[in-house]
Amino acid sequence: MSTTRPVAVAGAGVISAIGANVRECLAALVSGHAGMGDIAWLDTAHRGKIPVAEVKASNTRLQEIADVPGPVSRTALLGLIAAREALDNAAIPEPHRWRTGIVSANTVGGMDLTEDFFARGLRGRLREVVQHECGYSTEWVAGRLGIRDYQTTISTACSSSANAIGFAAKLIRHGMLDIVVAGGTDALTKFTLNGFNSLMILDQAWCRPFDDERQGLNLGEGAGYLVLVSDAVAATLPAGVDCVLSGYANANDAYHQTASSPDGRGSWLAMKTALERSGLQPGDIDYINLHGTGTQNNDLAEGTAIRRLFDPDYPRMSSTKSFTGHTLGASGGIEAVFSVLAVRQGIVYPNLRFHTPMPELPFVPERELILDLPIRHVLSNSFGFGGNCFSLVFSKCLS
Amino acid sequence: MLIVNQPIYIRSAAGISPRQGEPDYKALLDPKLLRRMSRIIRMGAAAAMACLREAGIAIPDAIVTGTAYGCLEDTGLFLKSIIERNEDLLQPATFIQSTHNTVGAQIALMLGCTGYNNTFVHRGFSFESALLDATLLLADEEAATVLVGGVDELTETSYALLGRFGLFRRTAAGEGAAFFLLTREPSSGDYARLEGIKTFDQPDFRGVREGLMSFLRSKGLTPEDIDLIITGDNGEISASLFPGVPSLAYKQLCGEYPTSTSFALWLAARHVRSGIGRVLIYNHYLGIYHSVYLLSHAAE
Repeated sequence: MSTTRPVAVAGAGVISAIGANVRECLAALVSGHAGMGDIAWLDTAHRGKIPVAEVKASNTRLQEIADVPGPVSRTALLGLIAAREALDNAAIPEPHRWRTGIVSANTVGGMDLTEDFFARGLRGRLREVVQHECGYSTEWVAGRLGIRDYQTTISTACSSSANAIGFAAKLIRHGMLDIVVAGGTDALTKFTLNGFNSLMILDQAWCRPFDDERQGLNLGEGAGYLVLVSDAVAATLPAGVDCVLSGYANANDAYHQTASSPDGRGSWLAMKTALERSGLQPGDIDYINLHGTGTQNNDLAEGTAIRRLFDPDYPRMSSTKSFTGHTLGASGGIEAVFSVLAVRQGIVYPNLRFHTPMPELPFVPERELILDLPIRHVLSNSFGFGGNCFSLVFSKCLS
Repeated sequence: MLIVNQPIYIRSAAGISPRQGEPDYKALLDPKLLRRMSRIIRMGAAAAMACLREAGIAIPDAIVTGTAYGCLEDTGLFLKSIIERNEDLLQPATFIQSTHNTVGAQIALMLGCTGYNNTFVHRGFSFESALLDATLLLADEEAATVLVGGVDELTETSYALLGRFGLFRRTAAGEGAAFFLLTREPSSGDYARLEGIKTFDQPDFRGVREGLMSFLRSKGLTPEDIDLIITGDNGEISASLFPGVPSLAYKQLCGEYPTSTSFALWLAARHVRSGIGRVLIYNHYLGIYHSVYLLSHAAE
C-alpha cells in the first residue's frame, strides 16, 4: 500500500454542547465539563426523561450568532457558525486568489423543519420543506461564505463528516481545489432521538464510553469543520502550518445494517489502512480519539479492533463523546477539530465517568486530563450505520 | 468542475426505470431480503447486482452511491409513526433503513464487500459527485474496479410536494437506479469509454453554450463529430448547438429526478455498445445543475 501525501490543516471551527467556538469547547474539555442535560430546546415528548447534549441556544439565538434572518434549519445554522470560524481561524491571505470548495456532511438535512411540516399534516408552507435535502445546508452555507468553486455533500451515517474530510483531502491532492472547508453538521431532531430510542441504545443517564457498565449513548448536536489547503496556499500562511492530515481510510464492516461485527473488522481495516497510508506504525500513534459511543456493541467492536492492531503497546485513548454526546453526522468533524487541537497543544482529553474496565479489553481509556504531552500523531475514529467506517490520522508538522 | 478528464472504461451497466417496466427482482435479490426492502433499496440493489453479474465481478474494490433524497419512503413512515404514536413504542425497522447510505451499505452487506464505501447526497449533482469520487479512486489506484450508481425514489408524499414546487410542469415525475462498473484499464466487452464529464453551476444560456463548446474543444472535437446527443432538456440546446445531430430527450423515458443522469449514462453506454461512435449527454436539473458527458466506442 502506498503512502499518501499529507495535506495541511490551516484552520478549525466547532460548535457543540460544550461551547459555541473552539475556545469555549477547549475550555470545557480542559475543565472536564460535559454538555449533557435535560432537553431544553427540542420540542419532544421525551423532555425530562432522556438526557441529550444540546447546543445551549435557541434557533433565534443561533440566528443572531450567525447574523442571518430565519427561518433556517438548525443544521444549517450550526454549520455556518462552525464553518465560518474555521475560515476565520485559517486567516488565509488574499483568499480570492484561490479555488475554494466545501465538502460538508449531515445525516438528516433540514429534518427539524420537515418534522414540523409533517406534524401539521403536510399542509404547511413549502419553505418549511425546501431545506429537507442534505445538500441544501451545504449550498446555503457556501452561499453565505462566498464559496463558489465546488460544493458537495456526503452522508454515511455517523462517519459522514470524516468521509467529508477525506474526500476534501483528495480534491486538494489532485490539484482540483486549493482550499476546502470540510466537516459536517447535525442538529438534534425528534426523528433521530426517537430512532435511537426505538433501537433502545440511549443511556437514560450520562453516557460512559468504554466502561463495563455502559448503557448506551447520549445524542448530541453541533458542527465541526477544518480548512484543508494545498502546499501553495500553506506557503502563504503567516503563522505556517503546525498540523497535517497525514492519512485516512474508508472501509466497510459488511456485517449488519446497524450493529458492528464482534471483531470490528471494518474498524480494524479503516485504522490499519489509515496508518499504512500515513507511513506510520501503530507505535507512532500517541492518542486515539475513539468513536466510543457508549453502546455495548460499538465499544466492544472498536476495542477489539484496537487490541488486534495495537497490542501490546497501547496509545492513550479517550472518547470526547463523554463531553459532546454523539453528534452523528457532525461527530467526525467535531472530533477532527479536537484531534487537531490535541496535536497543536499537546493535550489528551479525559474520558469522563469511566469507572469499571471492560473485562474483554486489556486497556482502559484516560481518566484524567494530560497537558503538555509531546503528541506527534493522533488517530480519530468514526464508525456508523451501514458498516461505514473511517479513520483519520493527524500529525504534528515541524516545518 | 472537470469530473472526468482521463478516459475511464464502463465495463458493465444496468439500470432500472420503473416508467419503462421493472425487472424480476427475485431473479436478482434474495427473496428473504427483498421482503424487507423499500423501493429505493430494491431498485438500487437490483441494478448493482445486475451490473456486477454482467461484469463477471463478484466483489468490486469500491462502492460509491449518489442519491439526492435517500430513503424517502422509510423516512416518511418513521416520521408518520412518531406523530401517530406520539413518540411512544416505535418500531425501529423504518428508522434503521432511513439513512442515506442504506443502498450502498446493503450492497456491501449482500456482497460481503469490506472495501471503500461512500454516499453522496448533493441534490442535482449527487451522481456526478459519486462519479468524481470513483474517478479519483481509479486515478489513485486505490481501486481497480469501482461500482458507482445513482438512485432516487418517488413516494406519494414526494410526488405531491415536488408537484407543488412545480417540478413536473414540463417533465413527468420519475425515479430509478443505474449502476456502472468502472475501470481504469480497457477490456474486451466494455460498453464504452467515458472520455469526459464536466459540471456547471447555474450558467445562463450563453454560459451553457460556451461550457459545452470549450468541453468539446478540449477533446479536439466539434459538434459535427457527435453522432448522438442525449438531452435532459426539451431539445433547445441540441437544436441550436448541434443542428443535424440526432437527439434523444431522455426524460421522456425515465421522467424527472435529481439523479436522472445515471439513467442517461446507462442509455448512452448501450447506444455506444450498439455501434454509435460518439454520444454526448447534456442535462440540467432545475436549471441549476448542468452536466455534460462524452462517451465513445471503447475500441477506438
